[in-house]
Amino acid sequence: MKHVLDSVESQFEMFQILNEDGKIVNKDALPDLSDDDLKELMRRMVYTRILDQRSIALNRQGRLGFYAPTAGQEASQLGSQFALEKEDFILPGYRDVPQLIWHGLPLYQAFLFSRGHFHGNQFPEGVNALSPQIIIGAQYTQTAGVALGIKKRGKKAVAVTYTGDGGTSQGDFYEGINFAGAFGAPAIFFVQNNYFAISVPVEKQSAAKTLAQKSVAAGIPGIQVDGMDVLAVYAVTKDARERAINGEGPTLIETLTYRYGPHTMAGDDPTRYRTDDLDNEWEKKDPIVRFRKYLEGKKLWSEEEENKVIEEAKEEIKKAIKKADEYPKQKVTDLISNMFEELPANLQEQMEEYKEKESK
Amino acid sequence: MAQMTMVQAITDALRTELKNDENVLVYGEDVGQNGGVFRVTEGLQKEFGEDRVFDTPLAESGIGGMSLGLALQGYRPVPEIQFFGFVYETMDAINGQIARLRYRSGGTQSAPVTIRSPFGGGVHTPELHSDSLEGLIAQQPGIKVVIPSTPHDAKGLLIASIRDNDPVLFLEHLKLYRSFREEVPEEEYTIELGKADVKREGKDVTIISYGAMVHASLKAAEELEKNDIDAEVIDLRTVSPIDIDTIIESVQKTNRVVFVQEAQRQAGLASHVISEIQERAILHLEAPILRVTAPDTVYAFPQAEDLWLPDHKDIVEKVNQVINF
Repeated sequence: MKHVLDSVESQFEMFQILNEDGKIVNKDALPDLSDDDLKELMRRMVYTRILDQRSIALNRQGRLGFYAPTAGQEASQLGSQFALEKEDFILPGYRDVPQLIWHGLPLYQAFLFSRGHFHGNQFPEGVNALSPQIIIGAQYTQTAGVALGIKKRGKKAVAVTYTGDGGTSQGDFYEGINFAGAFGAPAIFFVQNNYFAISVPVEKQSAAKTLAQKSVAAGIPGIQVDGMDVLAVYAVTKDARERAINGEGPTLIETLTYRYGPHTMAGDDPTRYRTDDLDNEWEKKDPIVRFRKYLEGKKLWSEEEENKVIEEAKEEIKKAIKKADEYPKQKVTDLISNMFEELPANLQEQMEEYKEKESK
Repeated sequence: MAQMTMVQAITDALRTELKNDENVLVYGEDVGQNGGVFRVTEGLQKEFGEDRVFDTPLAESGIGGMSLGLALQGYRPVPEIQFFGFVYETMDAINGQIARLRYRSGGTQSAPVTIRSPFGGGVHTPELHSDSLEGLIAQQPGIKVVIPSTPHDAKGLLIASIRDNDPVLFLEHLKLYRSFREEVPEEEYTIELGKADVKREGKDVTIISYGAMVHASLKAAEELEKNDIDAEVIDLRTVSPIDIDTIIESVQKTNRVVFVQEAQRQAGLASHVISEIQERAILHLEAPILRVTAPDTVYAFPQAEDLWLPDHKDIVEKVNQVINF
């Protein structure tokens, strides 16, 4: 039996293209990206790191509400989103706001989502996505449905979803990948393994040595990728997308990544469960540092360019917060009118009550 | 017109909507080639193809989640949960997700999903097949709950449910599937959701009920008539939202109410409906409103069903108490 486990685990060795020093270690797998694409990827990663820093600060000032830090996961989140097309449908988890932003969600709406305003979830027409899912695992079964719908419509597109390492323990995680497999649906399932589900290390989630191997239970391909390597994440996503739109079914992708910050800004203190040594080890793997080295080696990136992105990000964040501040406050009548297409009698009655209250 | 059982009327409604709207999809455990464990989807896969009527893996949560996903691609899903006792597996998908989609997206997305599921006692099913759990879903904002008691109502209400652009839970009582036939129009028709039906007019007492208890109430009304008590029997048909107007109109006429449900006293809809009546018509009441319900135990072991389930005799007894208060 030990032999069986060894042979399974050997099928899921980590895929990497760019090492910690910014050197290409897997030339054959290098994705076909233009110089402009490479710069745009870097721009997005830097922008998102600044967005994280500013979001934490704004949260501490009480100018944002719920916020799940993203620093460290830029390669995993943005490398994957960069491989998608506009028509692809994203079903994000609660930490996956950056993918939505780069898929077309205006920044001020992302801030309204954080604060808890319904307009944050009123995605513009053509932004194919759901708002961040709070129930861990629910996005997985829903993704199987979106993907089946895409297949039935005959569209050349995919449904893409994200969960964390802890989320792989949920029943909906397994059901989602198993349904997509059984229906041959064009779905890409991401597991962003940052080794901790709040305070619980991944070893306490499962005895499985990789999370990618959970794909075996659904009979679908799985791959473990260096989630701090944007080129590797991009390459495996691109490949999974190709196979999905060619009718070859879903893929499970495990990205090995890390969050430098706390689980959320709601009082989590990672020093209670993470050591400095571990944090330092992962700081060395920083996806931005490594990609910067690579681009600098190709003469595609400079400090000046990076500073430009940082200033641009800060400026846009400032404007977006202002726009969020100026957005009209919610009324109970708004909430009532968003419940049904046609209000049933109980809500009609309550609508009148609150209209009366709001007019005073 | 044709004589139909409730099963046939439901199949007829599904066929009508599969024909009318290519976005309608019917799926669940064994609903395809097998035609459903109660033959409700008999012949539909053959007629409309595997693309429209299909089997799923055995996982209720997956079926629920998949329904929301298909809705996001513009489909009109009509999934089946084989027995409603299995709803616990998919409570998040229904109450946590499908019912909330329009609201959480600020009205930009919607889930026109009709979840069909059988329930109900009196046919000696094994454990967790017959439980009355409509009260759980009736407490969730964002989803309607429909429970027909006749073939005619079943067809019109199911067509209306499928056409509704918001989610509907459509509960089918096992004992009513084939217990009697009724004239059902062959052409399509709808019955408005949220509207009760006065199944028997009367002036002395209002009996409010739904599901199989409608028939027990009608039987009780016949008995009561022998003692010159003229009972009005209201079939709620939609248990969320409830039809307040029809109820209050009847209460104002009869001044006495008995609420009848198959669910346990602490479950079902009784408490909610009675609260509404006491808030809106207390000055019209000549007596307290009494409830006929099952006892507050877990659903009965099959051999104890006859003792445990409420029946027409329980209803006659409560009506007499209300009349003689």
